[in-house]
Amino acid sequence: MTKRERILGWAFIVCVLALAPLFITSNRWIDFLELTLFVAVLGQGWNVLGGYGGQYSFGHAVFFGTGAYIQALLQYKLGWSPWLTLWFAISGTTAVAAMIGYLSFRYGLRGSYFALITLAFAEAFHVVSRSWSSFTEGGQGVQLTLNQDPALALATFQFSFGGPFMKAYGFYYTILAILMISYAATWWMEHSRFGAQLVAVRENEDAAEALGVNAFLVKMRAICLSAAITASGGVYYVQKFLFVEPGIAYGTAKSVEALFAPIIGGLGTVLGPLIGSFFIHGVGEIAKEAIHGVFGDRPGVDLILFGIILVLILAFAPRGLVGILERVWIRLKARGDA
Amino acid sequence: MEFLGLDLPSYSWQTVLGSAISGVFLGSIYALVALGLTLIYGVLHIINFAHGALLMLAMYAVFFLWKLLGLDPYLAMLIVVPGAYIFGYGLQRGVIGKASHGRDEIILLVTLGVSIVIENAALFFFSASERSVLVPYDLDGIDLGVTYAVYPELIALGGSLLITFALWLFMSLTDTGKAIRAVAKERQGARLVGINVDHIFAVTFGIGTACVAAAASLLVPTYAVHPQIGYLFVLIAFTVVVLGGMGSFIGALVGGFLIGVTEQLGRLYLGESMGVITISVIFILVLLFRPTGLFGQRSG
Amino acid sequence: MLDVRAMSKSFGGLKAVSEASLTVSEGNIVSLIGPNGAGKTTLFALISGFLKPDSGAVTFNDAGITGQRPHQICHQGLVRTFQVVQPFAGLTVRENIAVGAHTRIAGRAAALAAAGEIAQLVGMGTQLDQSAGALTIAGRKRLELARALATGPRLLLLDEVMAGLNATEIADLVTVVRKIRDSGVTIFLIEHVMQAVMSLSDYTYVLNHGAMIAEGQPSQVTKDPNVIEAYLGHGAAKRLLEMEAGADA
Repeated sequence: MTKRERILGWAFIVCVLALAPLFITSNRWIDFLELTLFVAVLGQGWNVLGGYGGQYSFGHAVFFGTGAYIQALLQYKLGWSPWLTLWFAISGTTAVAAMIGYLSFRYGLRGSYFALITLAFAEAFHVVSRSWSSFTEGGQGVQLTLNQDPALALATFQFSFGGPFMKAYGFYYTILAILMISYAATWWMEHSRFGAQLVAVRENEDAAEALGVNAFLVKMRAICLSAAITASGGVYYVQKFLFVEPGIAYGTAKSVEALFAPIIGGLGTVLGPLIGSFFIHGVGEIAKEAIHGVFGDRPGVDLILFGIILVLILAFAPRGLVGILERVWIRLKARGDA
Repeated sequence: MEFLGLDLPSYSWQTVLGSAISGVFLGSIYALVALGLTLIYGVLHIINFAHGALLMLAMYAVFFLWKLLGLDPYLAMLIVVPGAYIFGYGLQRGVIGKASHGRDEIILLVTLGVSIVIENAALFFFSASERSVLVPYDLDGIDLGVTYAVYPELIALGGSLLITFALWLFMSLTDTGKAIRAVAKERQGARLVGINVDHIFAVTFGIGTACVAAAASLLVPTYAVHPQIGYLFVLIAFTVVVLGGMGSFIGALVGGFLIGVTEQLGRLYLGESMGVITISVIFILVLLFRPTGLFGQRSG
Repeated sequence: MLDVRAMSKSFGGLKAVSEASLTVSEGNIVSLIGPNGAGKTTLFALISGFLKPDSGAVTFNDAGITGQRPHQICHQGLVRTFQVVQPFAGLTVRENIAVGAHTRIAGRAAALAAAGEIAQLVGMGTQLDQSAGALTIAGRKRLELARALATGPRLLLLDEVMAGLNATEIADLVTVVRKIRDSGVTIFLIEHVMQAVMSLSDYTYVLNHGAMIAEGQPSQVTKDPNVIEAYLGHGAAKRLLEMEAGADA
């Protein structure tokens, strides 16, 4: 694709997402879009480290959960404004990422070993958040007080008692803003020296070192950016639901969701996680509808499908849906030109 | 008692010893689950994330054989173990091998995908509720003085020793075992001398799955089955495998006992919920400082 | 420019390099030859920071670089290539070379443009948008050279860049290497292709069983009985002399 086509494509996507609420009146579909964008943000967080850097984390929940807990606890314990706590949530999570990254990369953990250690860290944080009740409120979780004063809706970063527009679309635009910032950051990374060096480390660490790339530093920067993006998803989650508990924060679900979207959508591409998230949640919704008539409401259907799609993509389309779409686009253009 | 500035409760030596012995029993179960995992790692050099899901599936199979046919869980082994071998062989040959293009990091993701499918299929068909097998002998046992050991625990301990020994015999004495070791050591060389590497991969995966099915039979009398049980065990099994040294049977056995004892003592001193953190901590420390484990060989 | 003093390295009791010393002076092409398994690549890895020596010291431009990381050494102007080529297979030729160029150029567009120029220099101008994974062996060797060159080195360590190429390709690459030297880059190379060694080198070192056994002009070194024995086995030098004597008679 040419640069012009890419820019036009992005402009189109941004317009559609920004204007979508004008055309969608059903709450259910707004919720669907919100969830999709939320997972697309988590996915981009994973993609920065896994897709561009080739470091497959199996415990990305550690960054989501830490962001969520910091956001919740600073409000709950100290009564800070959410607009202040969110900076602490993101920078605090980045510090955790720097610690995990320092230990893993300094000791040269790659491949399966990196996947395992991230999983172990997520599990350790899970246990601590469940057990250290005096600090984290333990297994019952942290419940923030609901603000019922419409005048304070913006100040409290809680939109359920705001004006009609804020009530309906406040969090949709919140997650859209987070998405756009994180995707712009990823785009910037891809077109910078840092991004080029990160990809070089993914492709061949020794060769990159020989060419003057400080692989350790590059991976450290990647895990920090990755964690900051994922933590911003945690901030959104806490403000939206005013609640966090160990299972939500550090359970495997978030780790798994974070890696589905980019792998299915297209590893190491800016657009991949968004396309992947739309695809899997679209398929998930359809499947739930279809199953509903036969079995009623049963859990698991969507994840069964996600797992199958993941394996199929790995087997037949290693470049993900983005790769497939690019091929189709090139073929269509060739036909158009002929 | 004080340790690292923490105020730990004091216990009589009988309590501590009893706790340690129950740790040995627990550890034998961990070792059982870890054996198949370490075998697969030794040959394919991959972490099989689907291992826990396969354990869970085998436990369901044992449960339904008991529930529907009234088959004793230990006798069910005769059906479940060969069945698991065939399933594992097919899974490697038909899915994992095909989808991974021979790239280690892709195998990792494929096994994760497989585990998600199996776990959620179990959730979908069997629901999240726990199911237990009731055997007439589940509370009988022997009084060891400091603790009481039930027969299922003793059988699991014996089983873990027996299966480790059997695996070791198989790998050392049979032609297939030798071929597996050849592939583990030198993939390309094995191919050159005419060993069908894809077949050996699948055989290894099959045997690994058969091991986990044997573990399932030994587990069912003491553990209730639910879709998440595999995940709970597999995290510990990873720890055991890494601690013992990836690919080492004796390492899996010793690692299992060490983890079991550590966990029980951790529960005793740090409390039920915080006690399990000892496992994660050991896991992280071993990965960082001794990734080859206690009995592992340093690989290039 | 490069000074290696009494370098030693063992792997589990096996001495790969023992007490090896050498000097590469600025503006020269110096070669390192020796039979297979002599420790040449290990010596390169020690110089470029991929391995830590058990003892000995490396000085580059009067600064000690022993024990530094490869990327630090690269930034001082000493870059190696790999005998077993290591392309970034998923990237294009241009992107591959740009990784090297980023060592001295921060901007993405400028680095990509510089990559284009380097590609011209090594004769890959037409392959810029090709995937590195799809290159032939000759192409990969050139790419290896181009990437290293893109870092703006003062000393290039080339590890068997001619191996596996046919005669025409070798002749091409010899010209390229000479061109690089003429542009002011000092070159230290490991080579098995004797034709290339003879025509390129100003000076040659011979390594056998990890130890330096000879050094000098290439034409002298190849006549050294120690060198002939190292390559052809014990007693070979004597037999050769006898054969020559027989032919003269």
